[in-house]
Amino acid sequence: MDSTGLIILLAKLLIVLAALLTGAAYLVLVERKLLGRFQLRPGPNRVGPAGIWQPLADGIKLLLKEDTVPAGADRILFLLAPAVVAMVPLLLFAVIPLGPDLHLANRTIPLVISDLNVGLLYILALSSLSVYGVVLGGWASNSTFSLLGGLRGAAQMISYELAMGLSLVPIVMLAGSFSLVDIVAAQEGFPFLLVQPVSFVIFLISALAEAKRLPFDLPEAENELMAGYHTEYSGMRFALYFVGEYINMIVLGGLLAVFFLGGWHGPLLPGPLMLGLKIIPVPLLLIWTRATLPRLRYDQLMQFGWKVLVPVALVNIVVTGGLILWLES
Amino acid sequence: METKVIFYILAAAIFGASVLAVSCRQAVHAALYFIVSLLGLAGLFFLLGAPLLAALEVILYAGAIMMLLLFVIMMLHTDRRDRELYRPPFWTVPVLLSLLCGAALVMLLARWPQAAELLPSAFFSPGQFGQVLFSRYWLAVELVSLLLFVALVGALYFGGREIKAARLQPGEGGDS
Repeated sequence: MDSTGLIILLAKLLIVLAALLTGAAYLVLVERKLLGRFQLRPGPNRVGPAGIWQPLADGIKLLLKEDTVPAGADRILFLLAPAVVAMVPLLLFAVIPLGPDLHLANRTIPLVISDLNVGLLYILALSSLSVYGVVLGGWASNSTFSLLGGLRGAAQMISYELAMGLSLVPIVMLAGSFSLVDIVAAQEGFPFLLVQPVSFVIFLISALAEAKRLPFDLPEAENELMAGYHTEYSGMRFALYFVGEYINMIVLGGLLAVFFLGGWHGPLLPGPLMLGLKIIPVPLLLIWTRATLPRLRYDQLMQFGWKVLVPVALVNIVVTGGLILWLES
Repeated sequence: METKVIFYILAAAIFGASVLAVSCRQAVHAALYFIVSLLGLAGLFFLLGAPLLAALEVILYAGAIMMLLLFVIMMLHTDRRDRELYRPPFWTVPVLLSLLCGAALVMLLARWPQAAELLPSAFFSPGQFGQVLFSRYWLAVELVSLLLFVALVGALYFGGREIKAARLQPGEGGDS
C-alpha cells in the first residue's frame, strides 16, 4: 500500500473512532435525559445548557477516580477484562459499509474500513469473544456477586448467539455472500426487512440479549446482584464497560441497518447520513425498552431463547431456502 | 517473506500458549491459554487462505466450546486456590508419547526435504469451500452430524431423567 492509501485509511479510522466515542458519550446523556422524562423528572440539567457538558464532566470525574483492585482478585485479568468489552464493538464497526465508493482525483476510496469477504462471520466471531470480558471480569473480581453475574452472562450469551447466527442465515442466502458490502449492494432494490420480517425480529431480540440491556440484563441485575460482573470495578475501568455497552448499541443499529434496512441506500441523503438516520432509532428503542419492560426471570430467558427463538429461526431458514429454490425454478 | 515471518510468529504463539495451557496450575488460566492457541490457529488458517475456516474456528471453538468449558470450571472450581492438578507420575506417559511424536516428526522432515517449505496459500471463497465440503466429503459430514445427533439424544435423555426426578419431589424447584 502506498503512503497516500495509508493516510486515507488512518483518516477513515480517526473519523469513525471519533464519531463512535463521541456518539457513545452523548448516548449516555440522551439515555439519562429520556429515562428522566419517562419517570417524570428533568434528568441531568446542571452542567451547561440542558446538561450538554454532562458527558465531559462525567469523563473527567471517572478518569480522576481511584482505580481499585479488590484483595484476592486475579490482578492481570481484572485489569484486562474491561478492555475486551470496550474493544470489541469498535472492531465490529470496521466492516460496516458507510456509503458508496468515493471518486477523488483518480482514486477510488471505498467508504468502509475493511471489506472482509467473511464479514458476517467476523461479526459473529467478535461478538462471541466479547463475552470473555464479562465472564473474566466477573471471575477475576473474587466476589460472589460478580461470579454469578459472569456465569449468567456466559449462559445467556451462548444461548442467544445461536439464535442470532441462525437469524442471519436467510440474509446470506438472499445476498449470496458473507461480505457486508455485498449484502448492502443486494438491497439496492428493496430492503431485506420486507422479505425477512421474522429474521429481523429474531436478530433484534437476540442482539438485545447480547447487549445485556433490559429486559435481558440478568448479568448485572441491580436488585439481586448489585451490579453483577462489574460490582468491584471503579473509575475508568468501570466506565469502559459502559463505553463498550453504548458503542455496542450504536453498532447494533448499524448492523440492523446493513442486514435489514438496506444499509446506506436511500433517497435524497448521501450514504453516511442515510446510514446515520437508520442507526439512531435503535439506541432510542433500547432506551425505551429499558424504561418500559421488567426484567425476565432466568428460566424464562433460557426457555425463550432455546424453545422459541432457535426453532423459529430454523423454520425460517427452511422456508426461505424452499422459496428461493421455487422462485428460481 | 512477510508470510513466513507471520507464520513463525503465529507458530511460536501457538506453541507457547499450548505449553502454558498444559503446565498452568490455575484452571481458568489454562483455559485462557488454550483459547489463545486456538486464536493463533485461526490466524494460521487465515494465512493459508481459508478465511471461512478461520472465522468458524473462532466462533465455534474459541467462542462457544471454550466458553462452555470456562463456565464449567467457574461453576465447579470456585475455591480458586492454585492446586497441584497433576502429580509427577501422571506426567510421564504424556511426555513420553509427545517425545515419540516429536521424534517421528523430525525423522519425517529429515527424509523429505520439501516438508520444510511453506505451503503456498490457496485462496478459497466460502462458496467454493462449501461446495467441496458437501460434495466430496459428504459422507464425513453426514457421519459427524449423525454423531452429534446421537450426543444430543443422549443429553436429552439424561437431562430429562433429572427433570422427572425433580418433579417427583415437590417444593424443590429445579434451576438452570
